[in-house]
This record gives sequence, structure tokens and C-alpha cells, in this order.
Amino acid sequence: MAQKAIREADGKRMLARLFKEYSGGKFSIEDKYVTVGPDTDMAKLPTQHRWLTKDKLVVKPDQLIKRRGKNKLILVGANWEQAKKWIKEKSKGPITIYGKFDAKGKPTDKGTTGQLTHFIVEPMVPHKESDECYVSIMSTKDGDAILFYHQGGVNVGDVDAKASRMDIAVGKFPTQAEITKKLLGKVPAKRQKHVAAFIDALFKFYADLNFAYLEINPIVVTEKTVMPLDLAAKLDSTGEFESGRKWGDISFPAPFGRNPSKEEAYIEELDSQTGASLKLTVLNPEGRVWTMVAGGGASVIYADTITDLGFMNEMANYGEYSGDPNEDFTYLYAKTILDLMTRKKNPRGKFLLIGGGIANFTDVANTFKGIVKALKEYQNKLQENKVKIYVRRGGPNYQEGLKRMRELGKELGVPIEVFGPETHMTKIVSMALKGGK
Amino acid sequence: MAKATKKTAAKPAARKNSAELFDRNTQSFIYNNQVNATQRMLDFDYASGRETPSVAAIVNPTGGDSFSKFFFGRREILIPMYKTIDKAAKMHPNVDVMINFASFRSAAPSTEEALDIPQIRTVIIIAEGVPERRMKLVTAKAKSLGKMIIGPATVGGIKAGCFKIGNTGGTIDNIVDSKLHRPGSVGFVSKSGGLSNEAYNIIARNTDGLYEGIAIGGDMYPGSSLLDHLLRYERIPEIKMLVCLGEVGGSGEYDIVDALKTGKITKPLVMWVTGTCSKAFKTEVQFGHAGAKAGSEAETADAKNAALKKAGAIVPQSYDDYDQKIKATYQELVRKKIIKPKPEPPAPKVPMDYAKAVKEGVIRKPANFISTISDDRGEELMYGKMPISECFNKDIGIGGVLSILWFKRQFPKYATKFIEMTIMVTADHGPAVSGAHNTIVTARAGKDLISSIVSGMLTIGPRFGGAVDGAAQMFSDAYDRGLTPQQFVDEKKKQGVNIQGIGHLIKSIHNPDMRVTVIKNYVKKNFKATPLLDYALEVEKVTTSKRDNLILNVDGCIGICFADMLRNEMPKKEADEYIKMGALNGLFVLGRTIGMMGHYLDQKRLKQPLYRHPWDDIAYMIE
Repeated sequence: MAQKAIREADGKRMLARLFKEYSGGKFSIEDKYVTVGPDTDMAKLPTQHRWLTKDKLVVKPDQLIKRRGKNKLILVGANWEQAKKWIKEKSKGPITIYGKFDAKGKPTDKGTTGQLTHFIVEPMVPHKESDECYVSIMSTKDGDAILFYHQGGVNVGDVDAKASRMDIAVGKFPTQAEITKKLLGKVPAKRQKHVAAFIDALFKFYADLNFAYLEINPIVVTEKTVMPLDLAAKLDSTGEFESGRKWGDISFPAPFGRNPSKEEAYIEELDSQTGASLKLTVLNPEGRVWTMVAGGGASVIYADTITDLGFMNEMANYGEYSGDPNEDFTYLYAKTILDLMTRKKNPRGKFLLIGGGIANFTDVANTFKGIVKALKEYQNKLQENKVKIYVRRGGPNYQEGLKRMRELGKELGVPIEVFGPETHMTKIVSMALKGGK
Repeated sequence: MAKATKKTAAKPAARKNSAELFDRNTQSFIYNNQVNATQRMLDFDYASGRETPSVAAIVNPTGGDSFSKFFFGRREILIPMYKTIDKAAKMHPNVDVMINFASFRSAAPSTEEALDIPQIRTVIIIAEGVPERRMKLVTAKAKSLGKMIIGPATVGGIKAGCFKIGNTGGTIDNIVDSKLHRPGSVGFVSKSGGLSNEAYNIIARNTDGLYEGIAIGGDMYPGSSLLDHLLRYERIPEIKMLVCLGEVGGSGEYDIVDALKTGKITKPLVMWVTGTCSKAFKTEVQFGHAGAKAGSEAETADAKNAALKKAGAIVPQSYDDYDQKIKATYQELVRKKIIKPKPEPPAPKVPMDYAKAVKEGVIRKPANFISTISDDRGEELMYGKMPISECFNKDIGIGGVLSILWFKRQFPKYATKFIEMTIMVTADHGPAVSGAHNTIVTARAGKDLISSIVSGMLTIGPRFGGAVDGAAQMFSDAYDRGLTPQQFVDEKKKQGVNIQGIGHLIKSIHNPDMRVTVIKNYVKKNFKATPLLDYALEVEKVTTSKRDNLILNVDGCIGICFADMLRNEMPKKEADEYIKMGALNGLFVLGRTIGMMGHYLDQKRLKQPLYRHPWDDIAYMIE
């Protein structure tokens, strides 16, 4: 539950469906946006969207990727056959996408590698490059801000520094005159009126649909009309109960390059089955430090401490369980982690940190039940992998929970060190790692 | 029992220091009936030695005006409940805090409603998932009215020894362990509710304790910021040092940097921003909180920690030495005599809840009831030691279930089949017998199933159906005393008593009752031994020699065979006990209710009118 990015095609379809209404009939945007995903039957598409084989097309990956132009991931002016070929080629294997470029267009960062799976196909809008502008609306602490720049497109540069900005207090809606005055100073007078009308409608659309971010770059502005070309947007997902019907059938895709492993996908699946929270990100399957931490806040601090102590490269996973998952869920969660951490032996041994703060109302002894069950099941593998376990937890019934863990250590023949609230929450990190550096 | 709050005319007392949100007399409304949170607040009040409960009333929008019972220490009190905030406010003009437990859907409108009431100064929103735009509107409204919002997505906060918001601080043991029942000198603020509980523990261990702690909640746009509370703490003279925990994402920490630079914060501030691990992740990661996401370099934890340190905050190397920095800062203040440690007051004792004491095994009491036949507490219902699923897997039938629940053992197949046969033969005996008749008359009087059946069942006794029991007792007694059949018959004749289970109105030795024949044949074929039945058949020979309808009837046959069966399956003494308890009568009741229900349904189906007995069938004989 937070601000979540949506696909460009989903955002554009919302515009096509609703923009006429929000602009009082002034602008209508035709729904000529097609998503090609891994399960799309491309052969059938032209029968549903006749324009595909008639119009000149633009094809782009639609996976929340920034700087697609600089990454040479936009195909312009293609016919349908060329588009299909391009999509097949681009989705063949993993590619690397860069976030920063120098003046000559050479990438200057390490980039993110991932698989392209989703594309947007739309008709090409012929226009002059000089008609390209930039507009964005973003959520701020006290309301929203509209940014406009009279130039746009791939080379727009640092808009934060050069664009005109208009801050709008929450609950207020600017007039078109105010928009013109604050934002459109550098737009030719003949064009100002309809650009102001467009931004006015766009802001109402943005506010009413619980957007948190909406960027159109470029937006083509001519004497006659305004046309959005590339769109990026985030919705406030908590607004679903208010705006969900207007959003229609949309998804919140994972960022490019984050392709969940089998185990991560499994934990996501478990997470969706319970009101509690179960999260797992595998950072380095060969890392020696594994964590199983209770609580969203505490889990970050454990990961921080491992990083701060210089063991970033040994940190195998990030994850947390919270919101009182029952014994079955904690068992399955623990089992997944134990399975991952005992796949490949390391002669220097491994660490499992079962950490957590002082719970408010979670019964600590109860939540440990599932973990104890999983540890028992992995007794041999834990021994073979020379796993050393550190436990730190507080909260209701923690004495009983910690006692069980201590007894378990003796029973399993696996070293388990157990601590309560008298020991600083992250002390087990340094105890484990400084001994094993 | 005393009412918790009296209606008082007093307006909320203007606090001496406007930076203070709560004092030892602050009372609040709980929006939505949160029984546990309310009780925990009252336990805290008691431990802190408050004279009045911190909850004046509960606003229960889905219920009507009423009262709810709570403990205040050992005493029970009534807390009033109102349907609307408006009514609650009118009845309790001294209340200036509302703790809003409304869902994410109604949190914003109910908070706005509370803000519209002049006396309410502070609203705490617990719900997670309030739309950001709604929340910004609520915050703007509060700001324009000069009111305070804490949350959303928070557990709340606590002012040590004064006021505890909802579930903050965990259990009462933890409250006392973390010394939250009396004030110290530290002001704390963080986003996370879970970590603030951890922080209270750290503060208790390394300083003279917490003065006040607030968790502003994990949302992107909280109603009040970390800085808002730090600036409040700055204006509270009892607070000598500030402790703050920030988080990756957002820019709230830079406002603190500015406040440090411009001298708006002068008290020592120990602060750490969590999320330094985000550099270990390849793509953007959403941590536990909605706002915890670094959108730019400046929003990373490393950048924030560096900026804070530069601006003069005391920033540890990592969370690992957060406690050491807090300790050192406190000791420095003690050394400078800014803080003078006070002697620790004795820890208060709050009575433990019965359920908790039982769970911890510190108390015991004799149970009022004992039950040995079934258990519904586990994952699966148990009949005796057999889970219900096994009853079906082993196909033990209704006879098997009855043998477990009545006799606490599972009888072998021959016996359970016999039980089922007795139920079958006793199920009905036509509409004319007294049980069925009463059922029919009651059903026709328009009564429900239970009333009609009960009316029929109440006729079961010594003259109707009771012979099952009587026969079993009489025959086994005679047999056990070693009487010959002739001696037994003679004895009963001498006593002027009819032998139970002997005699039939219509059937005779020449015209046998098929029910008896079926049962007799089954029993002879399948029972290990049948001494009582054999004895009864000898007695029948004696009685039928006198009159041919003095046969062993169905009640007698069932009763006697059942006694044989019990004696085969358990010690004789135990078998006799069951007969004495009336188990055999139960058999008749069980069987016959099937028929009675049949008659009830039959009458309803036929829509039979009220029955009135004809006059000409009654002999009126008034003297």
C-alpha cells in the first residue's frame, strides 16, 4: 500500500476513457493503445485493432523503464510486421538498461539487467520536434505541484531546475488563467489557451483518480491541439476504494530487473493468502548471513547493521514476517529460508539471525512454534552447513519463546545463542559477524 | 460498580504549556469499540496512579448509546458508549483527544467530524491505508484550526505516567519494564510504532526514562511530522534530550537538519535514519512502510545521516551503537547537572488478567465442570479418543458413536449393530400410543417442533416405554438371586406386581410379534452368551402356560438383550450401574423421537387444524 507505478498503456487507456469528460468535451483521446505481453497472441491482434495494420506504429517496452529513448528502446514508424519482429527480438533474452548518460549518450552507470516482457504499441503521431513540451504533476507534502517546460522529449534534461513550477494546496484547483500565468510564459500566445485547458483537465483527472505522479514527456503542442506521447504515472494504491472503478483493470508491475525467483514468488503467494505480512528478497544466494526478522521496521535495521558492519556482500536476503502470521505460515516461511541457505555448503559456515524488536502484542512463543518446527526438520542440513543461529526477541510471552529456542539448541546439536530485551536489538549481528569475519 | 466519568461542565483545561498534548487528567474518546486497547489504556492509567481513567467514552457508530464494562485496577467501571462523536462531546466537555480506530475507509471523514468539534485538540489515526489525498485534506484542515493529528498508520504514542494512546507500549509488564509508568527526561519520536516500543526499552536502560514518545506512522504524508514533535519537545522544559529515528524515503529529516542549523532545536538530539542497506539492493525496494522508498539520492538513509551529523545531531555509526550514543548523551547531561537523577519509585502492581495468569501457569482453580466423553477444543472434534474423521473412516455407525458417548468404549460390530436394531424397532409404534398422540395434538395446536416432541416425550415413563428399563432390572435381579423361573413368577404374583416386559394386548404365542422374533434371532446368533434372554424365555414358558398372550414383549426383549450385551462387554457391576442410571430408557427415548418427529412433520404437512376432543367422547359426570 503506497504509491505504485502503472504501465504506460494502462495510464493512456484511462486518459482515453475519461479525458473527454474531465475536459468538458474539449479533448478526446482515441483508445489506440495495445499491450503486448508474454501471453498475447500477436497473430490475433489486428482483427481486434484494425489500425495496427493500417497506421505507422510506435513500439516501446512498457515496464516502468526510464530513458527508453537514450537506451534505444523506441521503435518509430514501423509497420505491424516490423513491430512484431522487433518485439520478438527485444524479448529474446536479458538486456541491460542504463539510468545515466553522458553528453555523448554513453551510459555512465552499471545499469540494471532484466527481461523485457511487456510492450506498448500505438500509432505514430507525426509532429515537429519543436512542438514537444514537458508536463508533470506530482504529489507534495501540502498538495501537488505542476511542472511545465516549453521543450520536451528525450533531451529535456533537468526539469527540476528549468521547468516552471506551480504549487497547488490540497483541495484547491487552479484556474486556466493562473495556469497560463504561472506555467505557460514561454508558450506562443496562440497556443496558450488550449494548453491551459489541457493542463486544467489533466489536473482534475489526476486529483480525482488518486494519482500520485503523472508525467507526459513529450506532450505535443500545436496551434490546434495537444497530444500526449509518452506517459509515466504512479497511483496511490490506497485510493482503490475511491477510484478503483475508474482505474479499470490495471496492474502494478514490479520494476524492471526485479524478476522474482521461484522462492520469492512463493513467499509473495503466501503473503497474499494471509492478512499478515511475509516478505523475502534474495540478495545473494551464496551469502553467509541469513535473516529471519519479525517486523517491517526491525528487518530494515538488521539489514542496515549487516551493511554498516561491512558485510553487505555476505548478506543473503532481506525479509520480514509481521502482523501475527499463524504457525503454518511461519513454518513455511522459515522452511523456505532454511532450504535456500543449506543448498550450497561454505567451509566457513553460515549464520542465521532470528531477530526482532519488542513486539507490541504478538505472542512470541506462538510465532516461534513454526520456526522451531522448521529448524527441527532441517537438523541434519543445518549441522552439515555449519549453521550458527542467533536469536533476539522481546514482547508478550517472550520468556517462554526464548526458553524453547534454548532447549531446541541442545536437542538439535546446532549452536543457538538466545537473547531477550536486555540485549540491544542488533547486538546479535556483531556477535555473529565479528566472530566470523 | 461506579460510573467512570461524571458529566462535568468544565471545558478542557487550558494546559499550562501549549506544547503539551496530554497530562495526568487528559481524557479521550475511543472511536470504534476497541475493547482490548481500551483496557490496556486503563491498566496503564492504574499503573501510573491516575485518578481518572484516560478513556471518558467510546464512540460506537454501529451501535446505540449504552455502557461497556472495564477494569480500573481491581475495580470494575462502566464506560459510556455513544453513537456519535457529537453526543459524546456534549456529554463530556472536558475531553480533548480522540483516538480514531476507524477503518481506512472511514478514518478521514470521522477525523474531519472530530476536528469540527471545538473541544477536540488532538486526533490520533490508527488505520493504515488512508488515501494520501484525503489525508492531506485532513492535515490541512487540522493545521488551519491549530489542531494536532498523529498518524495515520501508527500505534500512537505515550506520555510516561500520564497518557497512553491505544496499544502503544505493549503489555503492562513491558510498560513497567520500560518504566513508562513514570516520567523521565527524554523526548522520542519515530515513524515506526514497533521500533518505538524497542526504543522505549533502550531509553529506559540508558537514561532516566522517557518523558514522551510519539510514532507518527509510516505513511508518505503523516498528519504531523518528526519535526513537529521535536519542536514541541523543544518547548517542554522537562524534556532535556531528544531521540529520533528516521527512515529512508521522503524529506522530513531535512526539515530537522534546517531546524538544527537555524537553532530551532537546541537540545541534544540523538538521531539515526534507517535504511542504509538500500544500497545493497539492485532495484528500488519498498520496505515495510509506505513512505520508505528512496526516490532520489537525497532520500537515502546515508545522505540523511550525513546531513544530520553535519548539522549537529548526534548520529551513531549504525543502529548498533544507537544505545551507546543515547547513554553517553544522557551521562553528559547528568555530569553537567542539567539532569538530576531521581530515586526510582517502587514498581506498581497491576492485577493480571485471569486468562493471562492461566496461560502463564501462575494460578489454578478447581473446575466447576468435568467432562470425559468429548472435546471440541482441538483441531478436530473428538468423540472419546476418536477424531470425528476416524469415526467415518472406520464406519462405526450411529451404534458406534452411541457406544462411545454413552458407555465410553467402542463396542464391537455385533453390539453396535444390535444398538441400531433397537433404535429401528423402537422408532415408532403408530399414531395411537400416548407419545405420538401428544405430539400430534401439540403440533395441531400450532406449536413448534421442540414443543411438540417434548409434549410426546413427557409421556414416557412407567406405563409407556418404561418397560425396557423395568424388565432389564427385574429379570437380571431374579436371575442374579438364583430364582427359578417358577419361583420368580410366584414371587411377583405374591407381591401383586406385574412382571415388566411380559404380556401384549394383541400378540400371543400363536401370533408372535415380528419385532421380538427379529431381535431374538439376531441375539441368539451373534451374542457370545445370552443367560438373561435364556432365563426370560424360560419365564415366558411359565407365563404363557397360564395365558397365551403373556409373552415376552418387545420392550422386555430389548431390555433383557441389552443387559446381556452390556454384561458381555463390561464387568457385571458396571453394566448394572448403567441400567440403574436409566441408560435403557434412553434407548427408547432415542428411538421414539424419530417417530415423534415423523408425526409432527406429518401433521404440519397435512396442515391439520387445532384438535378438539368431541364432547360425546367424554362422559360428563358432575355430581
